[in-house]
Amino acid sequence: MNSILSLAQASENARSFDTLLLVLVLFSLAIVTLVGTLVLVFSIRYRKGSKVTRHRVPRLLSHQIEWGWTSATVFVALFFFWGAASIMVRQLDPPPDAMEIHVEAKQWMWKARHPNGTREINALHVPMGQPVKLYLDSQDVIHSFFVPAFRLKQDVVPGRTATTWFTATEPGTYHLFCAEFCGTSHSQMTGEIVVMEPEDFSAWLANRPEGDTLVAEGRKLFTTAGCSGCHAEGSDVHAPDLNGVAGRRVALADGRVVTADDAYLRDSILLPARDVVAGYAPIMPDFGGILETGEVTALVAYLRSLGTQEGETP
Amino acid sequence: MTDIAALPEPHPATPRPTRSYLGAGSDLRSWLLTTDHKRIAILYALTLTLFFFIGGAAATLIRIELITPAGDLVSADSYNKLFTLHGVIMVWFFLVPAIPTTFGNFILPMAVGASDVAFPRLNLLSWYLTVAGGLLALVSLLVGGVDTGWTFYTPYSTLYSNSYVTLAAAGVFVAGFGTIATGVNMIVTVHVLRARGMRWMRLPLFVWSIYATSIIMVLATPALAVALLMIVVDRLFGLSLFDPDQGGDPIIFQHVFWFYSHPAVYIMILPGMGVVTEIITCFARRRVFGYEAMVFAILGIAIFSFFVWGHHMFVSGQSAWASLVFSILSFVVAVPSAIKVFNWSATLYGGHITFEASMLYALGFLGLFTLGGLTGLFLASIPIDVHVHDTYFVVAHFHYIMVGAMVTAFFGGLHFWWPKVTGRHYSEPWARLAAILMFVGFNFTFFPQFILGYLGMPRRYHSYPPEFQIWHVLSSAGAVILALAYLVPLVYLTLSLRYGRRAGDNPWHASGLEWATTSPPPRDNFVIPPTVDTDPYAYHAAHEEPSERDESGGDHQSSRKDEMP
Repeated sequence: MNSILSLAQASENARSFDTLLLVLVLFSLAIVTLVGTLVLVFSIRYRKGSKVTRHRVPRLLSHQIEWGWTSATVFVALFFFWGAASIMVRQLDPPPDAMEIHVEAKQWMWKARHPNGTREINALHVPMGQPVKLYLDSQDVIHSFFVPAFRLKQDVVPGRTATTWFTATEPGTYHLFCAEFCGTSHSQMTGEIVVMEPEDFSAWLANRPEGDTLVAEGRKLFTTAGCSGCHAEGSDVHAPDLNGVAGRRVALADGRVVTADDAYLRDSILLPARDVVAGYAPIMPDFGGILETGEVTALVAYLRSLGTQEGETP
Repeated sequence: MTDIAALPEPHPATPRPTRSYLGAGSDLRSWLLTTDHKRIAILYALTLTLFFFIGGAAATLIRIELITPAGDLVSADSYNKLFTLHGVIMVWFFLVPAIPTTFGNFILPMAVGASDVAFPRLNLLSWYLTVAGGLLALVSLLVGGVDTGWTFYTPYSTLYSNSYVTLAAAGVFVAGFGTIATGVNMIVTVHVLRARGMRWMRLPLFVWSIYATSIIMVLATPALAVALLMIVVDRLFGLSLFDPDQGGDPIIFQHVFWFYSHPAVYIMILPGMGVVTEIITCFARRRVFGYEAMVFAILGIAIFSFFVWGHHMFVSGQSAWASLVFSILSFVVAVPSAIKVFNWSATLYGGHITFEASMLYALGFLGLFTLGGLTGLFLASIPIDVHVHDTYFVVAHFHYIMVGAMVTAFFGGLHFWWPKVTGRHYSEPWARLAAILMFVGFNFTFFPQFILGYLGMPRRYHSYPPEFQIWHVLSSAGAVILALAYLVPLVYLTLSLRYGRRAGDNPWHASGLEWATTSPPPRDNFVIPPTVDTDPYAYHAAHEEPSERDESGGDHQSSRKDEMP
């Protein structure tokens, strides 16, 4: 796995990363050699007392030299930008078949929940070769989900759900670090990422106690927290219908039109007065002090599932 | 270069025509109420030296703790407070003021041919503000400490940290006004107090660099004040600006903070670039290569520095397109830095180079700045930054720039202008030894941290997995050499005040106006206001090749032989 000089290359992104890194390292070596040689050669050749003839640089030539290395540097800078940016853009969106795992960060632990509800603390088991999309939430301060072997890092900011993804390529156990300083035990907020062959992963998953899936927990909360009192089909209260709300374009009372993404759904639960839907009275109570972060995540997951197959057939 | 340069050096036995600035009194009152820019520079230098060694002591404890993987020397909380203390003190009470308030104060008015800065009383007020801010910060760090890191990230700093955040933030806030006042003073001095004939394109690059730095200070420091004020009101009055449960946004803080703190990196490094240009030209006996390009590079860096702050936030969840824009701008800001490196190298071409201690520091700067700048390209590449962000790679990168380059330039300037400031020579062999030790010790300490960062070692970790230990041990071993290299000058420079040979007015035969007056200079710097009729760095006529220093071994001369012909 990791030696003292090399880092395991355990995800698809790690390969393109290491290639780019190598190019930059070689380029840096070339520049250091160039500058080092110039300084060394000039220092020796033009040291005081040496008898070599000193030629002056004509003004025109020195201007040409100046323009020469300026444009060369601009070209190199843009070239590296293009190389780095194209790798980044290629890796922006996860493949559509990615497996979704929810991760919750809090001082000072990582809690993960698999699609079937299986939970883990400070550990995450994933199958090799399967794209995995992570939904990351924080209960308190900013944390950062960092897996060096995957060359993957994503800050987890309270109040918004971050997403990131990876496809593991090598079985093994790798470090998970919190990379954003989060208080006293920051350096204890670590865990392990276990990459398994797909069949081993299935066997591992089958032996774990199954918990509620996030959607199931959200469905329960939808009733117990009182959402259904207004938003259920049979309710007398004039409240928006939430079937298929996720991803829909929503017209607001103040004239704005927004897309109902995760952040919008979360804000509508915690700060309902901010984005009132056009045609409805601002009567929804504020759930900020009532629901915990994990519960809001579950509700949002449930809302996302409404209108899809999973949501309609309880 | 000027008519003043031809003034004969007075015979040591006869009284000098004017008393030096040191002769204005030696009681406390004469120092604490002075409006002489040179004395204020000394006050700053003493204050900053104290802060440098306090910050350095914290760094020493950090490096000792990290020798073993387990967190066994200090508790986790103490460790967090140590790196916060190290960062807060070093950034705001050493690096940011370091060159502008010492050499900027002492040399810049003389370099433009003025008798003082534009607002001498404001200058003294800047020092008091810096000291007051520093004391507030020190008190907060001593009574209980702050554990947020120097970056004060919210919502940890506003809602969760039970440490003296408000007091420390107040200290930095107060010191910020000192920084702004210094900036205003330097800008106005350069605009209105230049000597006759000192046209803009005749300004030494040191003056240009302080001028550009001052513009950044004046424009960026208010953003820091806003960021700190928001933290304070959030903590004291529960304004919840950064509390997501109340509709706040923790990321807003990062935007405002880095809008200051990225330009602040250039506040730290630009003056260093200016100092190094003075040194390299002087000891290569050569006009600087590409003066105009150097001026535009300095101004370009100052302007572009305001538009790259988002590269600190590639993994914060900012939009991918914002990240791309900040990435390309970060690559672009590398261009003027590269131009400067090439120009310094080319300045050596065809010179008559000597290797006094200040030249060794300047060449060391060149190497360390090149490495620090190149690793900046790594961080501007988004995929690389995603991996190495918040790891020791970043720690190594900014230490190469701020400590490797900037502190080396500070020591270079200190050795270059020491004879001017004190009128004495220090021990040249010891100074050369310290310069070499500093270069070796620095690389030994920080190069292993690049590797640590690539391997995934996160920063601000009190304990760490054992596979990283070998690199931490190397780094700590290097830190011993580095610490020694910082302590040695303290000894020989102090000794030189009493035992050093008289330096004479211009021991290096340098071209700047500051060398055209006596060492140490009189209260008003010049007996007759100087006039300027040549380009800067007129070590040789523009159409001729460089010539040797007009006598041999300047630093072995007695003061009387140091007269300019």
